[in-house]
Amino acid sequence: MQQFIIRRLLNMLLVLLLSSIISFVVVELPPGDYSTVLRGQLEAERLAPEQIEAQVKPVIERFALDKPVPVRFWRWFTSIVTFDFGYSMVMKQPIGDLLNERLALTMAVSFVTLVFVMVVGIAIGMFSAVKQYSGWDYLFTVIGFIGMATPNFLLALIILFVSVMVFGSTSVGGLFSAEYLFAPWSWAKLVDFLKHIWVVVVIIGTAGTAGTIRVMRAQMLDVLSEPYMDTARMKGLSSAKVYFKHGLRVAINPIVSSIGLSFPGIISGATIVSLVLLLPLVGPLLLDALMSEDMYLASTIIVLLTFALVIGNFLADLTLAWLDPRIRLEN
Amino acid sequence: MSHSDPGTQTETATVGSSSEDLSDLLVSQQVSYRQLLYLRFLRNKLAVAGFWILAILYVVALGAEFFAPYDKITRFGDILAPPRLPRFVDADGRFHLRPFVYAHEKGRDPETLRRTYVADTTERYPLGLFVRGDEYEFLFIKSNVHLFGVEGAEVFLLGTDNQGRDLFSRVIYGARLSTTIGLCGVAISLVLGIIIGMISGYLGGIVDQAIQRGIEVLLSFPSIPLWLALSALLPLDWSPRRIFFFITIILSILNWGSLARIVRGLTLSVKNEEYVLSARMGGGGRWWIIRRHFFPANLSYAIVAATLSVPEMILGETALSFLGLGLRPPAVSWGVLLQASQKVSVLGVAPWLVSPVAFVIVTVLAFNFVGDGLRDAVDPHSRF
Repeated sequence: MQQFIIRRLLNMLLVLLLSSIISFVVVELPPGDYSTVLRGQLEAERLAPEQIEAQVKPVIERFALDKPVPVRFWRWFTSIVTFDFGYSMVMKQPIGDLLNERLALTMAVSFVTLVFVMVVGIAIGMFSAVKQYSGWDYLFTVIGFIGMATPNFLLALIILFVSVMVFGSTSVGGLFSAEYLFAPWSWAKLVDFLKHIWVVVVIIGTAGTAGTIRVMRAQMLDVLSEPYMDTARMKGLSSAKVYFKHGLRVAINPIVSSIGLSFPGIISGATIVSLVLLLPLVGPLLLDALMSEDMYLASTIIVLLTFALVIGNFLADLTLAWLDPRIRLEN
Repeated sequence: MSHSDPGTQTETATVGSSSEDLSDLLVSQQVSYRQLLYLRFLRNKLAVAGFWILAILYVVALGAEFFAPYDKITRFGDILAPPRLPRFVDADGRFHLRPFVYAHEKGRDPETLRRTYVADTTERYPLGLFVRGDEYEFLFIKSNVHLFGVEGAEVFLLGTDNQGRDLFSRVIYGARLSTTIGLCGVAISLVLGIIIGMISGYLGGIVDQAIQRGIEVLLSFPSIPLWLALSALLPLDWSPRRIFFFITIILSILNWGSLARIVRGLTLSVKNEEYVLSARMGGGGRWWIIRRHFFPANLSYAIVAATLSVPEMILGETALSFLGLGLRPPAVSWGVLLQASQKVSVLGVAPWLVSPVAFVIVTVLAFNFVGDGLRDAVDPHSRF
């Protein structure tokens, strides 16, 4: 087990490093660097040359812009890893302040969505398999197909459309009621958050749930035809015991092992849905950063999302190893 | 394939007389692999339906100039006009076999100041086939004949946009870019995926390790944020054609990884098959074995995986364009069209602007059905 953890950990660090190199390349791709952008902005504000130099110099210093690429990368990488994100010139705010709550909310929404996808998908998939060819089974199959074909941002658009046309509202709730919008976190705010979050979770999670239902149904059907299910039934076990102890535990494996893979999709979904519904997640901030060519803020967001993903995958792997001895003891 | 598709079981359970004919056919005569795939594919009704939907879609997209009643840039004075559908029953309640439309009067609501369009029911304008309308040039042929249309009045199946252009015609023109971007992108990832996957699986060792780590990194990126960042780098002054080209590349950057993984897995399993060993013992060279045994074994699965990833590309383009970072006007794609429906205020006034969503969903569904059908067809474990 220890060896497994160490191997996964090393692997995770490697992926983290490589993915930040890629993100760094994205920052470096546009012509000129951050100081040129900044200088251009300051010149547009008609500041005196000395003032411009005084503002640009610390930036060059900070990101080692006059040094070769590896030094620049290292400076950038260490500043992110130490959570020292610096100051966004476009937004005129420290990046940390801009990001912290949005990032935390994004993670919260993604996590709740993941739980939703797993619980609902597995439950419905199992139910469909047990009641194969029943009306419910067909209903869920159809819902599953359509759910998979409707991407979350279109679903968000449709729900927006329905709420405008049918309920005459001008926005879809958001994540908080108006009175809690700027309130500090409290128990009441958390409850309010949970009341609002489910619409968002359903929108982001529909595609994933549909996929999980299909895989779970097929898996469960395979398991149901195994002879040990008959044995269990012949032993006189109750249906619930047969399905949950002997069926579910085997059928669930491929789904648990794909949790890590479904996480990027959920984070992507949260990003784009938050753009359509204007939720206070990282999505709108990322789009703003990209539109105003604040590549530094943009790459920070991408790197942090990727970090969250990779660490999430690592945790999923550990959970899986803990659940399934075959993986733990492999090699 | 560990998880067999739920559809397979349904089909095998419900095949009736046609399957008996099929097994008779299989017994009575030798059927080639290709014919077998074809017969198996036909068995899946949803897949066949999906295939026909796609066929119609691509034909319509190809001949958009002819199938669309108007040109994509023809502006009518009627801005944000609601759909004007062909009718059969006139204002007096009489039924007419030939559908017709009414001309509309423009006006403004004195209270809300919104534009209003009132039908002028005095004269009916019949809907016609092969109607002359906007000039176009298709395959060097100049013409002005459109599949359907109305002379003297306008038929707006899906209403008009904020510049008074017929939305239905624009959806048809948009199908062109939206559907080709998926195919082009998948072609790129198919080539990359097969080559890299086969190299990884066949060579093994350190090369395999390096490629697998690289793919792992790619797959750990959240796709939408990375796509957004990459497409934000495309300069604003590029021509639509160049942007289309680069958006396609951006979309396939993340996509080939999973394909390469599948191909690698297949290559590994084929590598240890007896027939490959026998080919090697028979003196078959490395290149010959790759060409003769690995490539055919991989190709069908890779194509299936590719078909199933077309929707992802189409949706990716739609999402990017919808957010204003993908294709940009004057290029017309479904995502570009949906951009107009981004604002809640617009949606309240002109709900029909959201209709391109339906086209996206139907296309994606059709691709999924065809992909599932193909997967079942190439699955050697599927039975008749």
